[in-house]
Amino acid sequence: MALIERFQKTTDIGFWEGQIPMSYIYTVGRAGEKFFRELMNGKIIGAKCDVCNIIYVPAKIFCERCFARLEDKYLEVGTTGTVHTFTQCYETYDGMRKETPSIVAVIHIDGTQGFLVHWLGEVEFEKVYIGMPVEAVFKPKKDREGSILDIKYFKPVK
Amino acid sequence: MRRVAIVGAGITKFYRNVQETPKELAFEATKMALESCEMKLSDIECVVHGTAPDAFDGIHMKGEYLSDGSGAFRKPYMRHYVGGGTGVLSPIHGWFHVASGMFDTCLVVAEEKMSSAYPHPAGAFLTIFDHTTEQPLYPTLIWIFAIEMNRFMTTYGYRKEDIALVAVKNKKNAMDHPSAQLPAEITVQDVLNSEIMAWPVNRLDISPTSDGAACIVLAAEHVARRVTEKPIWIDGVGWALDTAYWTTRDLYYPDYVEVAARQAYKMAGIKEPSKEIHIAEPYDPFTYKELHHIEGLGLCKRGESVQMLLDGVTQRTGNLPCCPSGGALGVGNPIAATGVMKIIEIFLQLRGEAGKRQVPGKPTCGLAQAWGDLMQVGTVVVMRS
Amino acid sequence: MEITEKMVLKTATKLSAEEIQKGKVLSVQWTPNLKYAWDNGPAIGRYLAELKNGKIIAKKCDKCHRIMIPPRMFCELCWVPTSEWVYVQDTGIVNTWVVSYVDWKAGRLDIAGGVRPFTPAVIEIDGASKGMGILHHLNEVDPWKIYRGMKVKAVWKPPEERIGAITDIKYFKPIE
Repeated sequence: MALIERFQKTTDIGFWEGQIPMSYIYTVGRAGEKFFRELMNGKIIGAKCDVCNIIYVPAKIFCERCFARLEDKYLEVGTTGTVHTFTQCYETYDGMRKETPSIVAVIHIDGTQGFLVHWLGEVEFEKVYIGMPVEAVFKPKKDREGSILDIKYFKPVK
Repeated sequence: MRRVAIVGAGITKFYRNVQETPKELAFEATKMALESCEMKLSDIECVVHGTAPDAFDGIHMKGEYLSDGSGAFRKPYMRHYVGGGTGVLSPIHGWFHVASGMFDTCLVVAEEKMSSAYPHPAGAFLTIFDHTTEQPLYPTLIWIFAIEMNRFMTTYGYRKEDIALVAVKNKKNAMDHPSAQLPAEITVQDVLNSEIMAWPVNRLDISPTSDGAACIVLAAEHVARRVTEKPIWIDGVGWALDTAYWTTRDLYYPDYVEVAARQAYKMAGIKEPSKEIHIAEPYDPFTYKELHHIEGLGLCKRGESVQMLLDGVTQRTGNLPCCPSGGALGVGNPIAATGVMKIIEIFLQLRGEAGKRQVPGKPTCGLAQAWGDLMQVGTVVVMRS
Repeated sequence: MEITEKMVLKTATKLSAEEIQKGKVLSVQWTPNLKYAWDNGPAIGRYLAELKNGKIIAKKCDKCHRIMIPPRMFCELCWVPTSEWVYVQDTGIVNTWVVSYVDWKAGRLDIAGGVRPFTPAVIEIDGASKGMGILHHLNEVDPWKIYRGMKVKAVWKPPEERIGAITDIKYFKPIE
C-alpha cells in the first residue's frame, strides 16, 4: 500500500464544522463622519490636497501621496460623474445566484480624482458604456441614515 | 549587514472605542514619526506594517487596508503577524529591509483597533485554538493565560500578592506616559480585590482592550547620522516559535523567549544580559508575563524574578528598570502597537529624552520583547545608544 | 530640542461603546456570515473515531519514541512521519488548571447565582509520554480543591450520545 493511501485508509474521511462567531461595529472615522453626514444632505464630499493637486472622494483626513492633513480641505464635489468601468453581476456577495442581475460600476466623480463603487439604475445593461455620464439618485431624505446606501444608485444623465 | 538606527517615533493616545478608523490611527502615528525626525513621506523607501488578527478590527486583509494610512502608497510594503509578538517583530522586519542594503529608510507601523469586535475582542481568539480538539470546549484566551500563570506559580511557589506588584508598578509608571489608557496609583490589595476573571487572574492582572497605533522610522547609518545626533541602534534581533501543541509544553518557562533572546544577544555581543542590559520592556499583557519573560530573557535566574521585583530592581529607579513606560498594563494594549510603544520607550530612554519617565544612570543598552501566537512566539530587539 | 517636543499628540478621539451604539458618531454594524468545514485529516479523524468508541488513541514517533496526544501524522520535533498507533488510558494527572468566572467571550458567569466556575485544565494522559497533555474540563470536584498532580479520569457520554468529538468526554473527574 502506498504511503499516501495508507494514511488515507486509517479512517473514514470526516470533517468538523464551525464558525467565527464575531460581529463588528465600525466607526466611520473622522473623515467618514463628514462624508456620511453630508450624504444625508444629498451632498458628496471630497478632500483636496493642494500640494498634489488631487481631490479625493470619499473625503480623507490625509493625502496618501504626501501625508498632508486634509481635514480643513473638505469640499462639495457635486453628484455627477462618468462610468469608469462596469459589470453585470449574477451572484450575491456570498456566491448565491441572483434572481435579477445588478449592474455594478465604478463612478469617476466629475472634477475629482475620486471614484465610488455603486449600482447603476434606470438603465439597461446593453445601453451602459464606459464614459457614460451619470448622476446620484438619493433616497428620500427621511430614509437616509448616513450610509453609502443613502445613494440608491447612479442613473444616466438625460 | 549594515547597521540600522531608529531615528524617529510616533504614537497615538491609547483608548478603548476611538472614533478614528484603523487607517486614520495609523496615519496619526506615522505622521508624528515623520515629523519627529523632520522627514517627508518621499524620504521613505519602504514600509512594513505589524498588525495582529484581522478578527480584531474585523477587516479581512487589514494589512492592505492599512497601507495608505501607513504611508505605503506605491511603495514596497509588507505586513507581518505573529499575534501578540507582532509589535516587536515589526522593527525586526524593518531591520532586514535596511540592514540588507535594499533600502536606506523604512517606516515601521503597527496598529490595532480591538474595540470594533463584539461581543468582546476576547472572542476573536476562540478560533486560534485547534478547531477539532480544543474549540468545542469553548476555550478563552484568559484561560490559557491563567493556566500558564498557575503552572508558573506552582512551579516556584510564587504568591499572587507578590505577582500583583507588577500591576502596581506598571500602572504607576504609566501616570507619566502621555498615551496611557489606564494609569493609576493602586495597591496590591486593589489587585487582589478586583473581580476574579479566571483564578489566578484578577481583572487588574490584565491589560485592557485598546485602540492605538505606533510608528518608528528606521535608517541606514549614513542616513541616520544626518537625520539625528542621537540615533539609537538596533544591535540585536531574535525571534522563535515553539510547538503549536501548547498543552504538551511545560508552561512554567518560555523556551521560545530564551531562544529569541540568545539569538539577539549573540548578534549584539552580549554575554551577561543581566549586567549588560540596563533597561527592559518585557511584554506584560498580564502581570505574571513580565516576570515569566524576565526569566526567559535571562535577566535573572529561573525562579528569581519575584525576588527581583520585591527588591525593587525592576522599578524605574532600580538597577534594571522593567516597563518604565507603564507597559501594556498601564499604557494599554493595542496588541501590535504595544510592541512598538515598547521600542519607542527604549528609544527615548536611551536618548535620555523620556522626560518624567527617564530612568537614572544614563542607560546605553536596552531591550524590548513581545510574545504571542498560541503562547508560542518570542520576539526580542536589543538597542544601544 | 528634544524629540518629544516634536511628538505632539493629535489623536485619538475617545468615545464609549454606548456613545457609538447610540449613534453619537456614525458607525456600521456587520456580522460576518462565514462557516467552515475543516477536514479532520487521518490523525485527528482516527482520534475522533476512537473517542466515539470510548477510547483515547495516540501516535508514536518512530524516531524519538514519544507517544503523542493528540495523535499527529508527523513528529514535530523529529520531523518524520509517524506510523504506530497506541491506545492510551482515559486517566491522567492535572498539569495546570484555572477557576474561570468568564466564558469564551469574556462574558461573566453568574457565580453569585450558584453557577459553577469553569475549571479547564491541562491533563497529562497516562500512557502518553511525560508532559503530553490535552485541554479539557474538570468537574465533580470543588474548584478550589484542585491541585497540581491530582489524578483524574474521563467521564464519557453514553455511547449512543457520542458523535466522534472531543466533547464525547464530558469532563475529567478526580479518581477517589
